[in-house]
Amino acid sequence: MISPFFQELLEALNRGLIMSMALILPSAAGGVLVGIMAGCLRAFGDTFFRKICDTYAAIFRGTPLVVQLFILYFGLPNIGIYLTPYAAAVTGFILCSGAYQSEYVRGALLAIKRNQYLGAQALGLTKFQSIFWIIVPQAMRKALPGCGNEVIYLIKYSSLAYIVTFMELTGEGKTLATEYFRFTEVFAVIGLYYLALVSMAIFVLKKIEKTLHIPGFGKG
Amino acid sequence: MTRQNPILRVENITKSFGGEPILKGVNLSLGKGEIKILIGPSGGGKSTFLQCMNCLISPDSGKYWLEEKPVDITSKKVLYHYRQQVGMIFQDFNLFDHLTALDNVTLALRKVKGMDKKAAARRAMTELSQVGLEDKIRLYPAELSGGQKQRVAIARALAMDPKVLLLDEPTSALDPDLTGEVIDVIRNLAKKGMTMVMATHQISLIRTLADEILFMEAGFVVEQGSPKALLVPGTRSQGFCDKLNSLSGEGPE
Amino acid sequence: MLEAVSIIKGALPYLLAGSLITAGIVIGAMALGLVLGLSMAVGQVYGGNALKRALGTYVWFFQGVPILVLLFLFYFGVFHYMGLNLSAVAAVTIVLGMTTAAYQANIFRGAILALPQGQFKAASTLGMSDIQTILTIILPQALRLSIPAWSNEFSIVLKDSALAFVLGAPEIMARAKFVASRTYQHLPIYIIAGLIYFILTWAGVRALAKLEKTVRIPGYSNKGM
Repeated sequence: MISPFFQELLEALNRGLIMSMALILPSAAGGVLVGIMAGCLRAFGDTFFRKICDTYAAIFRGTPLVVQLFILYFGLPNIGIYLTPYAAAVTGFILCSGAYQSEYVRGALLAIKRNQYLGAQALGLTKFQSIFWIIVPQAMRKALPGCGNEVIYLIKYSSLAYIVTFMELTGEGKTLATEYFRFTEVFAVIGLYYLALVSMAIFVLKKIEKTLHIPGFGKG
Repeated sequence: MTRQNPILRVENITKSFGGEPILKGVNLSLGKGEIKILIGPSGGGKSTFLQCMNCLISPDSGKYWLEEKPVDITSKKVLYHYRQQVGMIFQDFNLFDHLTALDNVTLALRKVKGMDKKAAARRAMTELSQVGLEDKIRLYPAELSGGQKQRVAIARALAMDPKVLLLDEPTSALDPDLTGEVIDVIRNLAKKGMTMVMATHQISLIRTLADEILFMEAGFVVEQGSPKALLVPGTRSQGFCDKLNSLSGEGPE
Repeated sequence: MLEAVSIIKGALPYLLAGSLITAGIVIGAMALGLVLGLSMAVGQVYGGNALKRALGTYVWFFQGVPILVLLFLFYFGVFHYMGLNLSAVAAVTIVLGMTTAAYQANIFRGAILALPQGQFKAASTLGMSDIQTILTIILPQALRLSIPAWSNEFSIVLKDSALAFVLGAPEIMARAKFVASRTYQHLPIYIIAGLIYFILTWAGVRALAKLEKTVRIPGYSNKGM
């Protein structure tokens, strides 16, 4: 039998967990998408797009996520743009995560040796075919560990949505902890929730990496 | 020979890796000034045996005597002291990559022997000029050729005044044109009466330096004797040396 | 617009004073993380199985729980429970330090494992004790290899320190929030705050790159990592 307090806590946290998932899933997907686009442009785009994307990545990697969220949620109303807490949080997560993702994508694309591309050309593949069939499958594998790690960061940093008043896992817990003044238990349990989420994500990522593994690829 | 008073003696060294026996009971007794050379096919246990001799790899069983006194290799303190007196040269040099040639030699003098900086540097200079590297002392390992690296490694070992020097294929990682300078240094050591155990594939060293040859195969010493006795037609050792000859193109001397 | 400019002008010294507190938190946390992380890395590589498992659990916990949750857990929970009466700045420094220690342990462990095995063996044959070998041979090399990853970790800790305001530590973010809520100039104030963080990150990363160059050994690099 669990005490009424813990029952209430678990109910609140489960509610929060669903909200957290509602933040994490679209943000992760959006972040990867933005990251791939920005990463490709940073690696292969013309000077103009490369400069723009480099600047984007530098800004979002060089400032704290919480500043970005504050600008989106508290700052934009100054110029007449009002975002809901959820919209502000997801936008911030996608933009920030995309900036980091683009770094891995760019690195992976540039790391594929030029002779791979030349080899494809020598066989008569077009530029697009070479990129799509030779470069991308290799780059994807190279970028995967970094990108996966970024998703794990995103899971943890989704807790920042609470700061812009979106009631997810951390927010629900904080409210209850303050109400009952039982911080240690509440935050320990919240910690376990995140540990479970992160462990699950790591498990899935390892599975994907294993599936895509090619003997001898990625060494040296 | 001084077989009555061996300077270093090991008995019944055994070692398995993951259930696979590599050494199946090897003995060795070394008189002062004696040079023993280990030969045999790779995988035969030469390198493992040499590394067991100063417990870089701890053997599964085996007994050690240094100057007839038993060495308790389970005591770290005894082991550290023992290793100071048994120097080792590796196939791939193992210079400390973050230290200059000079500091590679002075480090242990200062940390282990407690010498002050000046005395250690003086001693190191002596050893480095012995191997002909007095003008390279400020260079880092990555700036030295393979032969120079190995000579620094030898200077580093000698600076500790070891009673015995173990050499694990000291020339096999070198380009053919760089082996000569290292071989010369080893010959010099022999001339000065250094006690050595060496694994090598250099025919010239085997023939001219060995007081005794030990042919190792599958974890055992299968043949043992002087070059005169062993390097005659029909022995495994001669067969092995013939193979080395035909591989290296080095004609019989 | 003009109003915003004059507000920013007035607020800038106040925000910059906050960056000193941010710097204090980050330097303290990185130093704590260095000491803890190095010891843990040595334990994880050379320690017994029980120690390895304990350290693995520590790393798992601090890498898996959000920094925000850790701040609340320790400041309002654990530290309070232990009877420690820490200031918000001290609490943030310690929590960030313990967290970065977990990441730094991984960095240093990776660097130690990347060193050729022969380095340890060669020191042993000279009669050096295990501790002497770790201190004079292994760590000087591992630390050099770790600088790029450590620099990355620095920029993460700097950005994480912006969460210190949730405990009331008067650093950049807390001050920006204070000014913004009084003047309603949220957008320019937070942009300025972001700019300060950007410059701090850039300066720190530059300084560490310089350090890497200074301690670099000719021909020796971390190409293996």
